[in-house]
Amino acid sequence: MRATFILRKLAGAVSTLAFVVVFNFFLFRVVNKNPVDSMFRGRNLTASQKAELTRKFHLDGSKWDQFVGYVRQLLRGDLGLSFKGNRPVVDVIAEALWPTILLVGFSTLLAMLGIGLGYRAGWRRGSRFDTTSTSLSMLTYSMPEFWIGMVLLGIFAAKLGWFPVGGLEDPGSTATGFSKLLDQFHHMLLPAIVLAIAYVGEYMIVARSAMIETLREDYLQLARAKGMRDDDVRRKHAVPNARLPVVSLSAINFGFVVSGAIAVESIFSWPGIGQATYIAIRGPDLPVLQGLFLLISAAVIVANLIADLLYGRLDPRVVGR
Amino acid sequence: MSAAVAWARRRASAADAWRRLRRDRLAMTALIVLVAFVVMALIAPLVSDRADFDAINTGGNPTNSSPSGQFVLGTDGLGRSMALQVMWGARISLLVGFSATVLMIVLGVVVGLAAGFFGGWIDAVLMRITDWFMVIPFLPLAIVLASVLERGVGTIVLVIGITSWPSTARLIRSQVLSIRERLYVDRARALGAGKGHIIGRHILPNVTPLILANTTLAVPIAILTETTLSFLGLGDPTQVSWGGLLERAGTTAVKAGYWWEYLPPGVGIVLVVLAFTIIGRAVEEVLDPRLRAR
Repeated sequence: MRATFILRKLAGAVSTLAFVVVFNFFLFRVVNKNPVDSMFRGRNLTASQKAELTRKFHLDGSKWDQFVGYVRQLLRGDLGLSFKGNRPVVDVIAEALWPTILLVGFSTLLAMLGIGLGYRAGWRRGSRFDTTSTSLSMLTYSMPEFWIGMVLLGIFAAKLGWFPVGGLEDPGSTATGFSKLLDQFHHMLLPAIVLAIAYVGEYMIVARSAMIETLREDYLQLARAKGMRDDDVRRKHAVPNARLPVVSLSAINFGFVVSGAIAVESIFSWPGIGQATYIAIRGPDLPVLQGLFLLISAAVIVANLIADLLYGRLDPRVVGR
Repeated sequence: MSAAVAWARRRASAADAWRRLRRDRLAMTALIVLVAFVVMALIAPLVSDRADFDAINTGGNPTNSSPSGQFVLGTDGLGRSMALQVMWGARISLLVGFSATVLMIVLGVVVGLAAGFFGGWIDAVLMRITDWFMVIPFLPLAIVLASVLERGVGTIVLVIGITSWPSTARLIRSQVLSIRERLYVDRARALGAGKGHIIGRHILPNVTPLILANTTLAVPIAILTETTLSFLGLGDPTQVSWGGLLERAGTTAVKAGYWWEYLPPGVGIVLVVLAFTIIGRAVEEVLDPRLRAR
């Protein structure tokens, strides 16, 4: 891969991250004129209490000084203090990280089954399989993720009792080792299925149209002329070429799945980044929200960068451009 | 004279597009569903009063009661009729959906037109900003924006507009880039036409069909985002939208088995979003001959 290509993509990612940092600062310290008031909504504070809090959350000094201070703090990996219980924001986020990585990772794997469905549907365009799966994807696309969660929770957890109604594990559970893992998996399954249902359609549609694009290529004609079996033409010639758009979709979808997890986690009380966001909105706990926004954006920016670089490897033509 | 010819031609092609759309039975069904919901939203104030939801008037009603003759869709925990609330909720959901879409499209078209038409550094700067907004995950962005601003319908509209314009901007830009190079634009320029004339008379009319299809496809995004934001508690606390109804129902209603409190608003959202998606795709297909062949 050409170094200029890598550098260009890297510079793009860094500039986006810088924009997020500036935007974050601007939003919480400039648009929001009085952070101290908004954190203690409705409570009367004496002037000296206010002054102390202002100092504690580094809200004194000119906006420029505050900005420099904010960036310095970020570079040290310090995201400030939560309004609730004075805990460092980094701690609040760190303990919510694993549950979300597990949930998002597992549901993404499930949703990626849609890629295979999409290739099949595109290959047999207009067939019954194609129209059924395309209509179903349009239907799931139209549903808010968390509403799918409410419906499935109502049926499979509340009514049928097949799944627990929420949480990371059974309350008061003393299980250890393998049975503990099994319990947590049982709790994760329903929210993961919900997210997978919400995003499987996206994978399907993109894989389908990528396949339809390649259908017109001459090399498929040639492969068939050689007497290759239809299945082999699809597997060996069509699918590898239809893989590109799916790569970039995976990065975009990563952002969507993390976003979708916000509301879905709160439905299932899954103690991850999503539920932390939900709790921070309710506070409102602005430092935590600020930290979460920064972290989620950074994760999505990195995912996009990886997809771009991978794309460059898979399709050398884009590197030259 | 030539302008009159051009308009006659445009009117004819619009009529042709409508004829083709009429033949699409699925799209027509979607249109009927949509009109039904709009009518429902419009007549809500005629069949009920907002005061019907005040605690003073619901005291005698049964709470959390399942659908019955008196309450077609049952009542919620405070004895408010779910059927009436769903009707009123449609007003806010549709209003926010439409206004946010207009804002999103206007922002996208202005940025896309400017970038595509002027090119050079204006294009570079605008596209850089567009790229930023494309990459930043838009729900978290919408959440931080909405939580800093005052709660209200206007805020929700603003937040959705600000976070979702970039894809429209890119689409319009690429279309403008290709139209800008066409012969008739060169001719107009050679005859001394100003920038305003070229944009107004040649570029804008040619991107209008694209804007139209994009608008229909943008409404679902706006409605779904409003739903999620309201569900997370960032909506207007004084007005109830479908997302707000889902927030009120919450997991309490789900666990208690009060399906009439969370199914109807959700079904409303799904039907409206699905209808817009179907119509949008049909419009796109009618306007884009390349899609028709497929």
